[in-house]
Amino acid sequence: MWDLLQYGDQGYGDELIRGALYTLMLAASSVVVGVLIGLGLASAKLAQTPAIRRTAFGFTAIFRGVPELLIMLVVYFGVGIAINKLVGLIGYESRVEVDKFAAATFALGLVFGAFSSEVFRGAFLAVPKGQIEAGLACGMSRRQIFFRIRMPQMWRFALPGLGNLWLILLKDTSLAAIITYDELAREARTAAENSGESFLLYGAAGVIYLVFTAVSMVATGRLERWADKGVRRA
Amino acid sequence: MLEVIDTYGWRLVDGLWTTIELVAIATVLGFVFAVPLALARVSRNPLFAWPAYAYVFVFRGTPLLIQLFIIYYGSGQITAIQDTWWWPHVREYWGWICGIIGLTLNTAAYTAEIVRGGILGVPHGEVEAARACGMTTPVLYRRIMLPRAFRIAWPAYGNEIVFLIKGSVLVSTITVLDLMGQARSVFSRNLDLNTYVIAGIMYFVMIYAFDKGWRAIEARINRYLGERPDAKRKVVPEPA
Repeated sequence: MWDLLQYGDQGYGDELIRGALYTLMLAASSVVVGVLIGLGLASAKLAQTPAIRRTAFGFTAIFRGVPELLIMLVVYFGVGIAINKLVGLIGYESRVEVDKFAAATFALGLVFGAFSSEVFRGAFLAVPKGQIEAGLACGMSRRQIFFRIRMPQMWRFALPGLGNLWLILLKDTSLAAIITYDELAREARTAAENSGESFLLYGAAGVIYLVFTAVSMVATGRLERWADKGVRRA
Repeated sequence: MLEVIDTYGWRLVDGLWTTIELVAIATVLGFVFAVPLALARVSRNPLFAWPAYAYVFVFRGTPLLIQLFIIYYGSGQITAIQDTWWWPHVREYWGWICGIIGLTLNTAAYTAEIVRGGILGVPHGEVEAARACGMTTPVLYRRIMLPRAFRIAWPAYGNEIVFLIKGSVLVSTITVLDLMGQARSVFSRNLDLNTYVIAGIMYFVMIYAFDKGWRAIEARINRYLGERPDAKRKVVPEPA
């Protein structure tokens, strides 16, 4: 039974490892998109115009209150349908299929962005006001204050929250299996269906996810300590 | 959009009901399971603390999807189940049962951590006061620690239930026709994206209503603490 996990033609070891790599790729690209969206939304929430603030809060509420899978399905099918319709308007017949990786990245990025915008907002507000005043007193422009004072210090406050979101994201990548992106959960499923050994193969996939989680927990702990090194401990 | 509601509306409502049922049962069972788990987790006896930690680590460290697959497809691999006298009676609902088991085990792990956080958050002075009054440990837990811990953990627990509602969509992958399952089945027939949009609105409204109700209860059970500065969770826009 265990030889099913072998590397090579005999077992599913290589498929699982490839799936694991695809999972990591998806998680990594989603986190980049998510952080960008999150930063954008956080600045919108801190903007002076009420309309911008309200839009950003509404956006967050929607993407936090709707299941991730549903968002992924709408992005995956919706973008394709929209493109085909647009092309149809010009008079061409089209059968565009949206790239699964791109759709999954975008969907997970939207969700990560909605959650992380609250983390970033809190982190920006946590930077002491005195420092901003000090910056103004030194004659810095708003932009300089943002990039030299607020942004670098914000990360320290944001890290613990982002670490949690990363752990959630890592597990949410498994949803991409449902739009048939070949990540770990889907490879495990294919292998389990072919071999009939569900416990073994889903178990193996579970262990890989656990390893990812464990490594991430150690890494974020280190990162937080590194970010805090300039801070006096009480 | 109206035609989707017209033709398939009842199916979505049917699915919504299944979702509510699943979440309600899994929340109650998960909570019953989580409290002893949390107590084991804060126990000084490693014989209790370690297995509880391992349980929480495994269920929080793997995707719910994988957990559901292991339970559903794994149980299909055990042929002994199909030979039992009760199998013909439950076979039709097997996906539903596996969904309940999966959601319960999963939410129990998260809830245990939340309850643990609540227990650790009980002010030390209150515990000392209870001890000084001569309370034994079981009485202390029943009268002081747990009621206090639940009030502290209430907001975080509400978040967990929201995550459970959102996570429950995954039971649609193991043949359960919850709201998501119905939406996917309808979409595979009409290929109308509005189906998903309507399902999304239904989930959103459900979660929104739950959140409102939960906060109202929070305000009530924490009333004795008086007006707290963060009680209204008002968003303070940053000064210019």
